[in-house]
Amino acid sequence: MMERSAVPGKERVLYVYRGDDYQGEEVAYRVPVVPGMVVLDALHFIQAHEAPDLAVRWNCKAAHCGSCSGEINGEPRLFCKTRLDAYGSLDIHVHPLRTFPIIRDLVSDVSWNYERAEELVPGFRPAEPPPFHLQQWEVDRVEEFHRCIECFLCQDVCHVLREHGLFGQYWGPQLMVRIAELEMHPMDTASRTDLLHSAAGVGLCNVTHCCTDVCPEGIEITHDAIIPLKERVADQHYDPIAAWLRRLRRPQPTSP
Amino acid sequence: MTAAGGQAWETLRHDVLVIGAGGAGLRAAVAVSEVGLSVGVVSKSLLGKAHTVMAEGGVAAALGHLDAEDSPDVHFRDTMKSGHFVNSARMAELLTAEAPERVWELERWGAVFDRTPAGQILQRAFGAHSYRRLCHVGDHTGKELLRTLQNRVTQLGVAFYPEVIVTRLFRDDSGMAGALAYRRVDGRFVLLRAPAIVLATGGWGRVYAVTSNSWESTGDGTALAFAAGADLMDMEMVQFHPTGMVWPPGVRGLLVTEGVRGEGGILLNAQGRRFMADYDPKRMELSSRDVVARAIYQEVQAGRGTPHGGARLDITARGAAFISRKLPSMRAQFLALADVDITREAMEVAPTCHYMMGGVRVDPDTCATRVPGLFAAGEVAAGLHGANRLGGNSLADLLVFGKRAGDAAARFAAASVHLPVVAASEIEEEVARVLAPLRQPLGPSPYGLHSALQEVMTRCGGIVRSGPGLQNGLQQVLEMQERAARLAAPGGTLYNPGWNLALELDAMLLLGEAILRSALERTESRGAHYRTDFPEEDAAWGKQNVVITRDRGGSPSLRTVPVAAVTPQQQRVLAPLTQDVTGRAPS
Ligand SMILES: Cc1cc2nc3c(=O)[nH]c(=O)nc-3n(C[C@H](O)[C@H](O)[C@H](O)COP(=O)(O)OP(=O)(O)OC[C@H]3O[C@@H](n4cnc5c(N)ncnc54)[C@H](O)[C@@H]3O)c2cc1C
Ligand code: SF4
Ligand code: SF4
Ligand code: FES
Repeated sequence: MMERSAVPGKERVLYVYRGDDYQGEEVAYRVPVVPGMVVLDALHFIQAHEAPDLAVRWNCKAAHCGSCSGEINGEPRLFCKTRLDAYGSLDIHVHPLRTFPIIRDLVSDVSWNYERAEELVPGFRPAEPPPFHLQQWEVDRVEEFHRCIECFLCQDVCHVLREHGLFGQYWGPQLMVRIAELEMHPMDTASRTDLLHSAAGVGLCNVTHCCTDVCPEGIEITHDAIIPLKERVADQHYDPIAAWLRRLRRPQPTSP
Repeated sequence: MTAAGGQAWETLRHDVLVIGAGGAGLRAAVAVSEVGLSVGVVSKSLLGKAHTVMAEGGVAAALGHLDAEDSPDVHFRDTMKSGHFVNSARMAELLTAEAPERVWELERWGAVFDRTPAGQILQRAFGAHSYRRLCHVGDHTGKELLRTLQNRVTQLGVAFYPEVIVTRLFRDDSGMAGALAYRRVDGRFVLLRAPAIVLATGGWGRVYAVTSNSWESTGDGTALAFAAGADLMDMEMVQFHPTGMVWPPGVRGLLVTEGVRGEGGILLNAQGRRFMADYDPKRMELSSRDVVARAIYQEVQAGRGTPHGGARLDITARGAAFISRKLPSMRAQFLALADVDITREAMEVAPTCHYMMGGVRVDPDTCATRVPGLFAAGEVAAGLHGANRLGGNSLADLLVFGKRAGDAAARFAAASVHLPVVAASEIEEEVARVLAPLRQPLGPSPYGLHSALQEVMTRCGGIVRSGPGLQNGLQQVLEMQERAARLAAPGGTLYNPGWNLALELDAMLLLGEAILRSALERTESRGAHYRTDFPEEDAAWGKQNVVITRDRGGSPSLRTVPVAAVTPQQQRVLAPLTQDVTGRAPS
């Protein structure tokens, strides 16, 4: 029923980082190539045949869960969505996310991102209890942010975190997407501009677009999330009248 | 890591421990936290990555926004009919009555759903649902559901322990005592003490070679519950989703959402014939999953399959704009992984192991197992879906029974007077067992044994079964269980996937055995369970569930129990289906 898939004799070498945050090195593994093969397939082959303890996260294998994030030839990518054939005859170097501490091999400690999410207050505060009456266009406006798979590739690439290490001052693009999702929900009544101005530090983003370029969900992080959030902060903190008018136009809260 | 004798473990205490952070686990945690008790949630992955995140099509709730004739009663009828009447009518009744409220509650917590022109939640058609019923947002409804619950538990300050894997439950006669787990990121052991435990560990699709399930779906919780004394039920009922990807090999089994057919996709064989006309002319592509899956299987067996052994699924007629809006993830998935643009070409699809209807036997109202203080909800639990699950009913299940399990566990914890102590010797024994594969110098590889199990289960316990095949499969699985005792996993305790798989194999081998034994027992065909030696539905079997109990020696022992009786009120609701109940072969 199934046709034999491996092209006989065709092999590729993957250079995979093995080690932890303190020391490690690339190890070369030979992998037989199968049509349509992605990097995660190759890593699974390595686990099954050569290095059973090779650490890598994954869940869905379909670019839906954001678990298999890492860096391939220096670029932040999902291992399950990156095909070997995209690299032609180039060498393939597979590394973990570098902006966060490495636990082991291809697994980094991304807990910092979840800790920031815990500090995100206020949460969603609807104007009225459901069922809501909303139009599709209102849903479409925020649906983009709801597509985020929390892969943290954008966090990995953002130079404010990666080069400047300003973890204490800026929450990074992924959390800006999360805040935008709340701020722009048509039913939300809370304001997070103080948070954005202070702890979350949206002002530190200098709109380089690098985050948008790597987002596997194609979210226009800078244009659709960060810039509107910056405008809200500017209104609130430098143009109180505009902020006051904006608040007047917002729906009023009721207890949920 | 040091020797077991000198092993230190950290101890954590909660009123309720929830094992699993999919929809069911998180919904249970919300329920416990809302009544002010302390709840801890553990999961094998990070927060927000559980299998639930992959659900695409939607959540079934009879809101009647598009079809005013729809109601919880009709939804109840559809659920019972789809389950071929071996499901629990009480569970189906609770599900269909409470799903609408659970969906609106998600809106209150920040979820967004696609809308009707009148501004209400939009609902889509799905296989074997009488009306358009699945609330959805594009094709990432599972993510929306899980993210909303994730944000909710984060806001409530629920204690969450990511990448912590439970290997053993402890109890005494009055309640639970706790669970032993190890942390992947540092290899340390943790004793989680709690008088009440909710199992929400999902399914075990990874016992099959071709599956839509994530690596986590190895049925750990089902095996843990069984070891603790809970009963398993309906284990033979394994759902094969008709449409998994087939090509290229790396993506084989990945789900193609039923939403594609719900939005108008049609199935064609290699000769271009719309073959569902030969199997279910009335419902065509939207027939129930077992019927469509077997139809594709039979087309392929008859030599009318596509080059890679599947059927064509074509939605191009709906046009690029529509497809991109309603099925964005599917479009992206095929473009990136298969070089297929689904707005212009047909997809190649074949059945893939998708869902376990069977699992831990529970009380319909409280999700309580036979073990005091142990509750189970979501895919790990049995009863709601019977012989075949309706699409969209799983997400509804997670919400409705996740909440019920959380409520009941909270009540149990609040009423429990003492927390049984776990003897250090018991913990040490478990630690030694868990570390054993790391210490085996030579032995079979867990990866090799896993593929062998998957091959046997697919061949002998798959979409089409027979007595001799099942018997043969069982023999092989029993042999594998012996080999599993000597598995070797080189490396340390720190984030070691081979070691992890060695431990998961215990559960998978037990569940493989349970599936094959139950399938042998049920000498008929019903819903997802199809036997060539007993191809017909048998009315007598329609009144029985197969239950597995752990005997004194720890081995599985099978018996049949009568399907729970239908109340007169439920009977009235079911009345329009009476012809189906009394004998007429299901369509
Ligand atoms: C691709 C796909 C699409 C689907 N689409 C739909 C749909 O449209 N509609 C629908 O209704 N259903 C759908 N389903 C089915 C549905 O998604 C699942 O049945 C459901 O999500 C299961 O949820 P759960 O909460 O029971 O468990 P899961 O989401 O599977 O979560 C299980 C949790 O338990 C944890 N766990 C397991 N073992 C252990 C252990 N030993 N220690 C600690 N933690 C453990 C895991 O880490 C995980 O957090 C789909 C399924 C798939 C695969
Ligand atoms: S645009 Fe802003 S958030 Fe994005 S990478 Fe640049 S600095 Fe970071
Ligand atoms: S915004 Fe995009 S890149 Fe960033 S975490 Fe979400 S999906 Fe990943
Ligand atoms: S495994 Fe889920 S995104 Fe790659």
